[in-house]
Amino acid sequence: MLRTEEMLLNVGPQHPSTHGVFRLVLKIDGETIKEAKPVIGYLHRGTEKLAEDLQYTQIIPYTDRMDYVSAMTNNYVICHAVETMMGIEIPERAEYLRVMAMELGRVSSHLLWWGTFVLDLGATSPLLYAFREREMILNLLNELSGARLTFNYMRVGGVKWDAPEGWVDKVREFIPHMREQVKGYHDLVTGNEIFLNRVKGIGKYTKEDALNYSLSGPNLRCTGMKWDLRKNEPYSIYDRFDFDIPTREEGDVLSRYHVRFAEIEESLKILEQCVEQFPEEGPVIAKVPKIIKAPKGEAFVRIESPRGEIGCYIASDGKKEPYRLKFRRPSFYNLQILPKLLEGESISNLIAILGAVDIILGEVDG
Amino acid sequence: MIQDLLHSQPGILNFGIFFVLALVLLLVILGFVTYAILAERKVMGFMQLRYGPNQVGGPWGLLQTVADVLKLLLKEDTIPKLADRPLFILAPVIAFAPSFVVIATIPFTDKLQFADIGVGLLYYIAISGLTTIGVVMAGWSSNNKYALLGGMRAAAQMISYEIPLVMSVLGVILLTGSMNLNEIVAAQENVWYILIQPIGFLVFFIASVAELNRIPFDLPEAENELIAGYFVEYSGFRWAFFMLAEYVYMFAMASLTTVLFLGGWLPIFSFLDFIPGAVWFALKFSLVVFILLWFRSTFPRIKADQLMEFGWKVLLPVALANIFLTAIIKELLSLF
Repeated sequence: MLRTEEMLLNVGPQHPSTHGVFRLVLKIDGETIKEAKPVIGYLHRGTEKLAEDLQYTQIIPYTDRMDYVSAMTNNYVICHAVETMMGIEIPERAEYLRVMAMELGRVSSHLLWWGTFVLDLGATSPLLYAFREREMILNLLNELSGARLTFNYMRVGGVKWDAPEGWVDKVREFIPHMREQVKGYHDLVTGNEIFLNRVKGIGKYTKEDALNYSLSGPNLRCTGMKWDLRKNEPYSIYDRFDFDIPTREEGDVLSRYHVRFAEIEESLKILEQCVEQFPEEGPVIAKVPKIIKAPKGEAFVRIESPRGEIGCYIASDGKKEPYRLKFRRPSFYNLQILPKLLEGESISNLIAILGAVDIILGEVDG
Repeated sequence: MIQDLLHSQPGILNFGIFFVLALVLLLVILGFVTYAILAERKVMGFMQLRYGPNQVGGPWGLLQTVADVLKLLLKEDTIPKLADRPLFILAPVIAFAPSFVVIATIPFTDKLQFADIGVGLLYYIAISGLTTIGVVMAGWSSNNKYALLGGMRAAAQMISYEIPLVMSVLGVILLTGSMNLNEIVAAQENVWYILIQPIGFLVFFIASVAELNRIPFDLPEAENELIAGYFVEYSGFRWAFFMLAEYVYMFAMASLTTVLFLGGWLPIFSFLDFIPGAVWFALKFSLVVFILLWFRSTFPRIKADQLMEFGWKVLLPVALANIFLTAIIKELLSLF
């Protein structure tokens, strides 16, 4: 007798579109997903536990390896947490360098997301265009920190090195170039009918869902929630800059795409203002004790990374190592909604929905 | 020339000549496949800010594909333990053999054609449909879930695109009054069918890209979704056979497009007829191939359900309307 049966399909841990070692156990009926169960932890390195045996400065390189696409924001969050506990005043020049590094990182992170997301949908060329500009940013950050991905650039109290001569001018030249390229990206992909058909109206959720699932970043803003920590709880010197929080109302994959592109534009705006206001001279690191000891107590800080709210909680008993360290890793939280979104979707949509969440497995697994 | 041979008395000499000619054609096709792959990588490279192959065989990577094929031949041939062995071994052959068989009917010039049969076009479409069986077989016998999904997608896609493909060429057949490819070319003496049958051409071209399983219709092998689709378990020369079939079909389909819509070996303007027909054919054919390569580096992949919808709800009605329109216009013109 003819009959159909459900099939159990393992997507990942090795799969071209899971962006790392992420595994999804799917129950499928034909190509329709009945149930999806994410399995994570393949890249778990125990950063938080390791940090308990490390001095605060030693923790910074570990944060580089969490969200390895935008390491500057991770650098910042740990330094910011310690500085908050110790009450350190950061020199002007260091703040500007930090903000510039973070915003460049945000642009490069969104570029990488764009390239790989569109690659998942089957278009091969945009990835290479995205990498062309990302390469320029990586070169800029390389000149600043001496590394292309794992920067280890920020320190408690400031940054490790001052910018090399002419670096700020290079950033100034980069901004109009990037604006020009973003237009090109839109011409290449955004209007494409096939692309629109694949992303419009799929992976939809409401503002309430987004809040209930604790989503943040573009995944939250695509539902119309105007929430960006750079504006709502300004840290560093973000209150000095004039920029918008891009939002969309639809809450589908396409809206996330648009939010990320609009964020690139806003980051460029911030960079432009940074370059204008950049102080001529001054120290790049505050006077901090040789051995950094956070005072007894606890602190939680959160900032806006390209993927959402990244938080850092430190409990200190006054030693040079933290008693307990905890990161709120946005990719991990954003991934929670995935099983709900995938129910009833097809395999093709799975790729688009997963891609639009923008996960970095280093961050998911911690 | 070949026609004369076909009609002559069978003999050792005739057989010998025919055999040598077939061998030459085989080599030409294999040469095309070799350099089509290189061209694809080069063209995509240029479009994607890369160099493409540039190490093996000089700065143009002229021997890159040769080296790749050698590597494939030397690779260990793995067959999954739980695979359906006979089917698994048979599948690449069934997928690949028809791709060569269809080429026999393509008239490359007015003299160079291997089998001038009355229903050449029908023959092409019928034989090329066999490849689907090989693909589904591969998907089923691999005992791999991704392969199965790919095989099923291939079956659905190829069947639903075969129909608009056939329907789209009916307009051409109506105008020519023949299914013979030679006569179709001869009928384009004054004006190419791409100009009289633009709708038919569009439907034909889209359906042919879908038949070729190329982006944006490469669902059966959708790398980012199904890893490699129906041939995910294949390696070595069996895998090479699938690839070979794919590129030979590209050769065949580009030739067919040239014959049906671009006037085959005929020159663009009649005063340019001092240039041999073979050159014209090669030029037009290369243009079609280039467009296929161009597609690949430009478009994202369409979704499975949208693909079916597009085939049945858009292409097929448009193709039918085209037939209707062609018939009416032809009838009206014959009145005056």
